[in-house]
Order: sequence, then C-alpha cells, then structure tokens
Amino acid sequence: MSAMSQATPTLKVTPTLSRVRHPLAPWTRIAVLTVCALLTLGPVIWTVSTSLRTPAQSFDLPPQIIPTHPTTAAYRGVFDQIDVWLLALNSTLVTALIAVGQMITAGLAGYAFARLEFRFKKPLFGLVLATMMVPLQVTIVPVFLVLKSMGLTDTLLGLILPAFPTAFGTFLMRQYFLGMPKDLGEAAMLDGAGPWRIFRSVYAPLAAPGLAIVGVLAFNYHWNEFFRPLILETSSQNYTLPLGLVSLQGNLGTGSISVVLAGVVLSMLPALAVFVVGQRPLREGITSAGVNR
Amino acid sequence: MTNTQIPNSQAPAVRSRPAAPPAAVRPSVRDRGSRLLAALFLAPTVVGIVVFTVVPIVGSVVLSLFHWNVIDPPRFAGGANYRTTFTDSTVLVSFRNTLVFMVLAVALQLLIALSLALALNARMPGWLRSLFRSAFFFPLVLSAASISVVMKYLFNQDFGVVNWLIGLVGVAPVPWLTSEHAAMATVVLVYVWQQFGFSFLLFVGGLNNIPKEIHEAAALDGATGLRKHLGVTLPLLSPTLLVASVVGIINALQVFEQPYVLTDGGPGDATLTVVMVIYERAFEQLDFGEASAVGTLLFALIMAVTALQFRLSRRFVHYQ
Repeated sequence: MSAMSQATPTLKVTPTLSRVRHPLAPWTRIAVLTVCALLTLGPVIWTVSTSLRTPAQSFDLPPQIIPTHPTTAAYRGVFDQIDVWLLALNSTLVTALIAVGQMITAGLAGYAFARLEFRFKKPLFGLVLATMMVPLQVTIVPVFLVLKSMGLTDTLLGLILPAFPTAFGTFLMRQYFLGMPKDLGEAAMLDGAGPWRIFRSVYAPLAAPGLAIVGVLAFNYHWNEFFRPLILETSSQNYTLPLGLVSLQGNLGTGSISVVLAGVVLSMLPALAVFVVGQRPLREGITSAGVNR
Repeated sequence: MTNTQIPNSQAPAVRSRPAAPPAAVRPSVRDRGSRLLAALFLAPTVVGIVVFTVVPIVGSVVLSLFHWNVIDPPRFAGGANYRTTFTDSTVLVSFRNTLVFMVLAVALQLLIALSLALALNARMPGWLRSLFRSAFFFPLVLSAASISVVMKYLFNQDFGVVNWLIGLVGVAPVPWLTSEHAAMATVVLVYVWQQFGFSFLLFVGGLNNIPKEIHEAAALDGATGLRKHLGVTLPLLSPTLLVASVVGIINALQVFEQPYVLTDGGPGDATLTVVMVIYERAFEQLDFGEASAVGTLLFALIMAVTALQFRLSRRFVHYQ
C-alpha cells in the first residue's frame, strides 16, 4: 500500500508513451518462455533419445533427437549390468511404505491437533513445527547411531522407519482438518457419537485430498532420495534405484553412456507417472507451505 | 482446500434436534475419550520426532564434544573438535564454497523463477500457459543424483552437448567440470536447473493472489511494464519472495548430490560442500566427533541466516 501512494504522484506518463516502454511484447514473452522450456526439458529429451541409440552413436554431435537406428540394446544392457528388478523392488517398497506411513501418522496427528482437546497441545504442536526447520543432513550422524543401536543399518526398514513421522505432513493435515466445518462434528456428537466415531465417520472420509498431497510429496521425495540410502545401505542388495544408477555410472565410466541413460529413464518412469496423475496435489503441496523436505 | 463436496443441507438438519440433555451429561466422558484418542493419534508422530529428530539434535551437540571413532570408547574432547574445525583448511574451504554456492544459486534461482512467472502473466491460451508451467516444474520430480549423472555427460569438455551448443555461436570449449571456477558454475547451473521450478510455483501462486484492482489502479495512473513491476508488483509479492528465499537458502546450504556426483568436490576442493565434509568425516574417516561439530556449526549457520533474513524482512516485506 505504501508503495502505491509513493508511486502515484510521480508516474504521470501518457498511455501511448507507457506502451512503448513496455519491456517485452506478448509474443516476445512467449518466445522467451519457449526457449526456457526447451532448455528445461532438453536434458530429459536428450536422455530419452540417447538411451535409444547405439553406444557408438551416443557421442554424435549434433545429437540426433530422433534416433536414426533406434534400438533397445541399452535397456537390455541395464538389465545385464545391474539387477534392475531388485533395485526397483527396493525403491518401490521403501517409497510406498513411507508414503502410506506418512499418510497415517500425519492424518492422525493432524486431526488430533486440529479437532481434539488435550493438555500440552500448544507446546507439542510447537515442537512439531520446530522440527520442520531441522535439516536431515545435520542430524544424520546421531540418526545413523540410533539405527545402529536398533540393528537397522543396512536394512530397508532403517530407511523406512525414521521417515514415518512428518512434521510438514502433520502441519498440512492440521490445516486441512481445521478447514472443515466444525458443525459436522458437533452434529454427530449431539447424535451420540464418541470422539472415535466422529473422526472415523465424519472427518476421515473427507480427508482424502489432503492425504493425497502428503502421499504424493512423500513419494516424490523418497523415490528420488540419495543421501540417506548412500549412508545407510552398504550392501548392494539393499540399494535403491538412484544409488544403483550412480554406482552403475561409476563402474562403467563413460564407455556405455546409453546403458546408464537407459537406467535413468527407467527410474524416471514412476516419477513421470506421478507427475502426470498427481500434478495437482504435488503442486499444491509444494506451494502450500514451501517446505518439502 | 475447501470442502465443496459436503452437502449444505446436512448440518442444519441435524442441528435442529434438542441439544440440551446430551450436552449436559456427556462432557467429562467425552473429554476423557478425546484425551485418550489424542494420545493414541499423536503417539507415532511425537515418539518418531523425539527419537529421530530431537534426540539426534541433542546427540549431535553432545557428540561434537567427544572424540569417537565408533570402535574405541568415546573420549571427552571439550572444544577440541571445534578448534580442529576452525583450523582445518578443508572444513573452512567447504564453508566458503557452500556460502558462495548459496549466494549464486539462490540469486539465480529467484531471478529466473520471478522473470518466468511474470512472463507467464502475458496474454496466451490457457493450454499454453499450463504447458509452460508443467515444463518448468518437471525437473522437481526427478532424482538429483540421476540428473547429475546425465549432466555429467552433457557438460563433458570433449563430447558434451553443452560445449557443442556454445561452439555454434563461436565460444571455445569450456572445461566445465575440471577447472575450479567453471566447476562451481556447473554445480550452480545444474542445481538451479532442477530447483528453480519450486520458486517459480511460489511466484505464480503469489502473483495470482494480487488483486486485479491494484494492477488496474496502477495502470490508470500510467504505471506499466517494468515500472509497474518494480513499484507495484514486487512490494506486493514480497511475502512470497521472503518464503522463496528462506527455503531456497536453507536448501542450498545443504547441497550434496550435485557436487558429489558431478565433481566429487573437485577439482581440488573447489566444489567441496559442508554436507560432503560431514559425510566424509563421519562415514569414510569414522571421525564422528568432528563430523558432529561440523554438523552443529552448519545448523547454527542455517538458524542464523534464517533469523537474519526475517529481521531484515521486517523493513522490506509489505503485507496487504
């Protein structure tokens, strides 16, 4: 508001003059946006097309966007070089269990903070909010030691269990339940429903869109996660996809670029599926509070 | 986040029942049930957060005061780990690199994201707008580690596509990954390529929240184009700018995957970051004490920068 009152008296420009001053005409803006979109998608397009070329052609410049001799040899190569099925199974197991686990813990805790009365509600919620600020990288050494004392290092459970509580998800679900009309629960209460019934039959069925945001965010983050698996999983049968791909690249060097890229494409497919199906919850989740890790 | 699917008729119909008798009898029973339910509902989250976040934070500070290599029993070290940290040139370099990286990455990320969000406000068909939006946001769903593998090929000095592209306009090949300054620039570029979509989405949301009347009023006063953006849009967008920069800085200070895969901290220590040092000290050299000291310092740095930012923002952020 203060900016407006300052700006008003000084800007006495005639409309025609100001139109000339406009920095970018609409079509220029669209051109700039198109170039940026191509730069953004370029590496992905190059990855897909190179994975479909023969190893000999992977160094060709200019890169052929549409391969002249498309081949799936690189994809067969990935399956020979690394146990893709095992990596995919590990990644799926870890990611799916974390996503479901976060939906449950965040849904329950979020509901408690939004709709139930109990002592120490404010300090407990404050604690949850405060931990949203704590970066994982800073606590990784003690987390590793805690897991070691539980015998969970180099197990998939060691990746899954610590990821169940989610401060951000809890915050998000609390906001979500607070957004639901209070009358619904009060009406059910007058009908004689206890707190569990009110949760189970009135509010929980309405929570699906909020839970979808928590689930999609968890999927996106943990499917791509690299730091924790790198530290926790030492034997290759417990590797997840990103870890397997980086080690594949290390083992092959620059020799079989198309094989490595085929692996990257395979690991991108589920993320792509989530992007297509769950783009709205993902976007809402990312923008709703700005903290997604 | 509204609940349009709730039928309007439901609530009033139930509310018209006699309310007095049950309300008078039930409260104590209800409160106890409610408290029990709350305890059950909160247990997984609170226990999890205590075990995997609160205890580790305290643990990190405690560990930083000990010498410990996991094998021998820990020995009390006092401030020795911190003294080592402040004299260890590798650690100091990693903090300098991380700060340089943060400034470059966040500035570039915000600039690109804001420009594109403003450009997206031009008149264009709806499908084109959502196409652009999807494109800019797409890299966010990819794995930073796998994308860095891809970028390592693209930025290769001899056969990489990037050097071929700049060669088209007559620029000599750049040693993107093997010269000190270029390596830092490459890490920044790869990071920003993946991350700018996040700030972009925030800005698009923020711009949509600015009431149309304000733009119309400004236009009536003759403010258009760059002038309108600097005088009107930016102040109104400042809360979004604050969120985007706070989150951007917190994330940038923790950068790991890109330098780890692209350059492994090199050449020399040119792209070694703080989190890489924590990783190396703890899990390669088994020096848990010093790793914890570095981690505690990074945490303090993140807190300090964030606090400073909120303090500064009081002077610059305008809430409507």
